[in-house]
Amino acid sequence: MSLWVHEFRPSNFAELDLNERLTDNLRQLCTEEELPHLLLYGPPGSGKQTRVGACLQELFGAGSRRIKIESRQLDAGGSKKLEITMVSSVYHVEITPSEAGNQDRFVVQELLKEIAQTQQIDQNAKHRYKVVVINEADHLTREAQAALRRTMEIYTSNLRIVMVATSLSPIMEPIRSRTLLVRVPAPSEDEIAKVLQSIAAAKRVSVQSDAVLHKIAATSQRNMRKAILMLEAMYAQNEQLTESAVVPLADWEAVIKKEAFEIVKSPTTSKLAEVRGTNYELLSHCIPPQIILRTLLLQILPLVDAKAAPGIIEAAALFDHRIRLGTKAIFHLEAFVARVMNVLSSR
Amino acid sequence: MSFFKPKATNSTPRAPTKVPWTEKYRPKSLNDVAAQDAIVSVLKKTLQSSNLPHMLFYGPPGTGKTSTILALARDLYGPELRKTRVLELNASDDRGISVVREKIKNFSRTAVGNVSSEIRQKYPAPDFKLIILDEADMMTHDAQAALRRTMENYAKTTRFCLICNYVTRIIDPLASRCSKFRFKELSQESALNRLQYICEQENVEVEDEEVLRSLLKLTNGDLRQSITLLQSAAGFAPVVTKDILSELAGVVPDNIVSKVIEVAEIGNQKQIEKAVENIILDGYSVSELLDQLHDTLLTSVISSKSKSMLANTFSVANRRLVDGGDEHIELLNIVTQTAQALKA
Ligand SMILES: Nc1ncnc2c1ncn2[C@@H]1O[C@H](COP(=O)(O)OP(=O)(O)O)[C@@H](O)[C@H]1O
Ligand SMILES: [Mg+2]
Repeated sequence: MSLWVHEFRPSNFAELDLNERLTDNLRQLCTEEELPHLLLYGPPGSGKQTRVGACLQELFGAGSRRIKIESRQLDAGGSKKLEITMVSSVYHVEITPSEAGNQDRFVVQELLKEIAQTQQIDQNAKHRYKVVVINEADHLTREAQAALRRTMEIYTSNLRIVMVATSLSPIMEPIRSRTLLVRVPAPSEDEIAKVLQSIAAAKRVSVQSDAVLHKIAATSQRNMRKAILMLEAMYAQNEQLTESAVVPLADWEAVIKKEAFEIVKSPTTSKLAEVRGTNYELLSHCIPPQIILRTLLLQILPLVDAKAAPGIIEAAALFDHRIRLGTKAIFHLEAFVARVMNVLSSR
Repeated sequence: MSFFKPKATNSTPRAPTKVPWTEKYRPKSLNDVAAQDAIVSVLKKTLQSSNLPHMLFYGPPGTGKTSTILALARDLYGPELRKTRVLELNASDDRGISVVREKIKNFSRTAVGNVSSEIRQKYPAPDFKLIILDEADMMTHDAQAALRRTMENYAKTTRFCLICNYVTRIIDPLASRCSKFRFKELSQESALNRLQYICEQENVEVEDEEVLRSLLKLTNGDLRQSITLLQSAAGFAPVVTKDILSELAGVVPDNIVSKVIEVAEIGNQKQIEKAVENIILDGYSVSELLDQLHDTLLTSVISSKSKSMLANTFSVANRRLVDGGDEHIELLNIVTQTAQALKA
C-alpha cells in the first residue's frame, strides 16, 4: 500500500490542476523544438519535482517513467572514488550532486560529459537530446557550477539540463544567464483544500466541513506534500474529521515546538543542556540543521514580545549562515539558543 | 554573412535538434562580433601578420569573449584545420595541475602537420597552435602558477588565450605575460541591433519598440541572457510582451517590493512576519528582491543614519544569501532591520 502522497501524484500536465498559468507555460515550452536549459525554483512542496516529471512525460512519453535506480562510482581525482545515486530512464538521468559534498564538481565533470557524449539509445526518441535533472542545484559548490557553464553550451545538441532549487541566491550569474528561470510558487490554501477534497472523496474520508481542509492547508504552510500526509494521518486517527480535530505535526516538528516553548518559558542556562540534548536528537534523525534553526525561530516568534523579535531574528540569520559555512551544526544551534535566552532574560 | 549557413552537424543520421538561439547566433567570424570594435580590429591585424601574442580576455558574462576567440580560431585556421590546432579547456574539464600540464603537453608536443595550399589560400593558418583556457578565474592559484611554466616551455609552438570575468583573479605573473583585452558591456544600441536581427530571422513579434529595451534592462545588458529570455518568451506566446519577459527573468513584481517597504514603514512585527512568509511561499527570489529593495530605498529620501543602517543590512544579507543562508530567515531579518532603520 502506498502513501496517498504518491498515489495521488499527477504524472502529466493534464492531471496538474494547480497554478494553471505556470503549467500552461511549461507545457508549451516542452512542445517547442528548442527547449532551453531550465532552472525551477520555489519553496519545498510547491511541486517542482512533479512538474519536472510532467515535462519529461511531455517530451518523451511514458518511457520516461520506466526508471531504474543505481549507484555509480566516479573518479574523484587521483585514485579517490566517490559514489552517487542515479535515477534514470532511457531518456533522462536524475542526480543530486550535493551527495558528493564538496567533491560535486567531479560529478558534473565526469558524469555529465559522459552522458553528453553518448547518443540517445532509442532511435525513435522524440528528441535527440537527453535530459539531466540536477536536484538541489542551490547546493552546488562554485567549482561545480563553474564546471557546468561550458558543458551547458558545448553539448546543447545532446543535452538539456533541468535544475531544481529552493533558493536562487547561491546560483551564480553565469549559470542563471544560461537557463530559463521558472518560479514555482507554493499552491494557495484554496488550491490545497481542493486537492485534499478530491483525495478525501476518492478515499471516502468523512469530512465535517471544508473548514477542516482549510485548517490542514494553513497548518501545512501551503506545502502540498505535508498537507496530504497530515490528511492521511488524521484519517488514521479519527472516524470523522471534525472541525475540532487536531492537525498532527510531524514528530520532529512537534519536538521543536516543545523546545521553543521550553526556551521561552525558562530562558536559563540550566535549560541549555537539556536543549542541546534535543538538538542532538534531531540531528541524529537527519533533520537538516538549517531547517531545525528555521523551524525553531518560527516557533519562538509567536511566543515572544514584538520588541524582542528583531534581536532574535538577527541571531537566527547570523547562526544560520554559520551553520551553512561551518562544520559543527550543533555549536551554532546552541549559540542561537543561548542568544535567544539572553535576549529574553535581559528584558 | 557566414552565420546564415546552417550549423554543421556531427554527421548523425537523425534530423538535428535545433540548437538554442544563443548558439545559433553565436558570431561565427570576427566580422559578426558586435560592439567590440577596438578588440576586433586589433585581432584582425594579428590575423594579417600571422603573429599572435598570448591573450587575456576579461569582462562581464555575455559580452562575446568565448565567441570572439572561437571566431578568431576559425578565421585563423578554417573549420578543418581548427580541429587539430585548437585546444579548448574550460572549467568543465578536470583542471588539477597535473591534468592541465599533461593535456597541454600532449597537445603541444605533436608537430604541426603540413597545410594544404588550398587551406593556405583561404586562411592564414600560422604554424603555432592555440590553447584556449576559458573561465580561467576558476583555476586555483597553484594551477595558475604551474601554467606559467608550461606557457614558457611551449612558447615557440603555442599561443594561449585565457578568458575570465574578473581579471584580478588571475595571478600577476600569468596576466603580465598576456596582452589584455577588456570586453565592455555591449552598448544598448548594438545589443538592440543584435536582438532585432534575431527577431527578424526567427519571426518573433514583439509588442512594441520598448520591449527589447526593457529586455536589456532586465538582464543588465547581458546579451546571452537576453537571447535565452527572448527565445523562451517567443515559445510562450505569439507576441512577446514586457510582462512575459519580467516573469521569465525572475524579477520580483513592483507591487511586492512596495508591499515590503510598506510593512517595514508601518513596523508591525506580526505583519512583517506574515508578509515575509507569503513572499517566500510564492517562491520569489530573495536576492532579486534585495536588489530591488536596495535600488528603491537607498535612492529615497531618508535620513543618512537610516541609509547607513540599511546599507549595512543589505551588504551582510547579500553575502549570506550567496553563501546559501536560509532565504526565509534572511528575508525576515532584512525586513525587520529595515523597519528598525526607517525608525532611526
Ligand atoms: N559582441 C557580441 N556580438 C555578437 N553576439 C554576442 C556578443 N556578445 C555576446 N553575444 C551573444 O551572446 C552569446 C554568449 O556570448 P559569449 O561569447 O559566450 O559570452 P562570454 O563573454 O560570456 O564568453 C553568444 O552566443 C552570442 O549569441
Ligand atoms: Mg564564456
